[in-house]
Amino acid sequence: MSDDVPHPDAGPADETTGLPGLRTWSAVYGLVVAVFVAYVVLLVLLSRAFA
Amino acid sequence: MNALDYLVLFGSMLAIAIYGVWRTRGQRGLQTYLQGAGDTKWLVVGLSVMATQASAITFLSTPGQGYQDGLGFVQNYFGAPFALIIISVVFLPIYRRLKVYTAYEYLGQRFDGKTRLLGAGLFLLQRGLGAGITIYAPAIVLSTVFGWRLDLTILCSGLVVIAYTVAGGSDAVSHTQKYQLAVIFVGMLAAFGVLLAKMTTSIGVTDALAVAGGFGKLEAVDFSLSVDKRYTFWSGLLGGLFLALSYFGTDQSQVQRYLSASSLRESRLGLMFNAVCKIPMQFFILLLGVGLFVFYQFERPPVFFNQVAWATAARQDTTGELRSFESRFAAAHEEKQARIVTWLAARRAGDAPAAEAARTAARLAHQQSEAVRLEARTALQRLAQGAKANDADYVFITFILQHLPHGLIGLLVAAFFAATLSSKAGELNALGSTTVVDLYRHVVRRDADDAHYVAASRLFTVLWGLVAIVFALFANMVENLVQAVNIVGSIFYGVVLGMFLVAFFLKHVGGTAIFVAAIAAQLLVFALYFTLSISYLWYNLIGCAACIVLGLLLQLVLPRTPSPREPGVAL
Repeated sequence: MSDDVPHPDAGPADETTGLPGLRTWSAVYGLVVAVFVAYVVLLVLLSRAFA
Repeated sequence: MNALDYLVLFGSMLAIAIYGVWRTRGQRGLQTYLQGAGDTKWLVVGLSVMATQASAITFLSTPGQGYQDGLGFVQNYFGAPFALIIISVVFLPIYRRLKVYTAYEYLGQRFDGKTRLLGAGLFLLQRGLGAGITIYAPAIVLSTVFGWRLDLTILCSGLVVIAYTVAGGSDAVSHTQKYQLAVIFVGMLAAFGVLLAKMTTSIGVTDALAVAGGFGKLEAVDFSLSVDKRYTFWSGLLGGLFLALSYFGTDQSQVQRYLSASSLRESRLGLMFNAVCKIPMQFFILLLGVGLFVFYQFERPPVFFNQVAWATAARQDTTGELRSFESRFAAAHEEKQARIVTWLAARRAGDAPAAEAARTAARLAHQQSEAVRLEARTALQRLAQGAKANDADYVFITFILQHLPHGLIGLLVAAFFAATLSSKAGELNALGSTTVVDLYRHVVRRDADDAHYVAASRLFTVLWGLVAIVFALFANMVENLVQAVNIVGSIFYGVVLGMFLVAFFLKHVGGTAIFVAAIAAQLLVFALYFTLSISYLWYNLIGCAACIVLGLLLQLVLPRTPSPREPGVAL
């Protein structure tokens, strides 16, 4: 299922995210995943730095 | 607490309650009462979702968890970002398209009435149990602050929450939660600031982190594949994914929050806000607990943090046994403190072998002081029948009362109450609305007007509040509140999620197959929970998988029945 294809019942306002630089929902979800990876990396670094 | 604390406590709580009443004045319709006015923006939705999940337990018990076990609990939330993305893509468009009041209405439209009732019933059962545990947390605060009996404080705080929820409905819950969260965050940040200021009078931040790391409190991520360990990266990612998928996607207390948004976009952005903020928020609260651990290495803590239970037991102690523990613990703590100071001095001097030797000695001294605490707890349980052995839930409140300045104590107590009101109101509101929409209106009375259903919803909210109070009276038996809430959820959530996933993706499976499969899967989870000793997070995955597989198998032998309506996902 492609998330960028507008839902049949979605209004015009629902199709865009309204966020600067992140115009599609796929881009928003990609950013969320990237932020999660960054969190894990930072937590691992913190654990190792003071192990 | 002095007059300033009471002024801050009652002033902030009253101001939020008055705002809630003013914001929802003249509200009469069922839709507005249950779902809000439908004009909520993404930030309010996001904060409302966050506030519904973050109860007083989050802010009271999680620092205790951090104090006791370190940062590892943060892994519990690793699945949440992925779950929220899946809900945003799959669940949300369907809920909004069908304009349902509750998530279980969808099960009725996709399968049949009995499956809808089963989904709603499982939600009511687990959320009713969970509500009892969350009402217990503010009672701990009151009990510790005022020295009142715990059962009395459970009753008082429970009745306040019921009155607040019944008066406002869903709209009031959404719009007051943002201010309650503001009180919570200001209070928690202030507590963190004071802790940091007090800690750095003894040691620097780097030394504090070294002490925390040296005692294993900073081990946030564990990549081991052991299923026995409660928190690992994998149990958090997979089990946590299913737990969060069930909680955010099928638990009416959350579905109700994001369905109140003005559009699909606002709902999605509200969920993505949580996907990004949930992990750092939990990390910060756990770090506060780790900070408390370091602080209490240099400041002698009480032998037992539940001071009310300790004082009660001391009154029964005619032989002076408990007093002897206090002096033994003081000596053990002094010894440990000296070892830590030696360790840090060697570390600063760059003498690695000496630092390692001193660290080992400090850990040994810590084990000895913990052994004294363990003995004291055993004696306490013998003297005060029914006293809980684990005092981790009392660590943060003890710090607040003994070390924060007046005014801030009131603010922190207000923060716990704000957290209770925001999460309990969301839960009770969802319990009341599910009972009316999925049971009362669906089975008992189908043709009444909105005013009747709003009155019924208020009545059921009161009833569920009373049930929660009764459960709370038994919550004393659980060892750690935040874990207990997650365990109760994990036992039920997997199966409910399985029902929804079959509804979305396996269109050929009918109502009878999924109904029988869900009951069998729930019984299987019960049986496994009482016989296996695996991390509770895995039950989310097991329950979900069992429900789906059994549903598919049963459909092979059962006759196909057409779905009442289409709603599934077009892949």
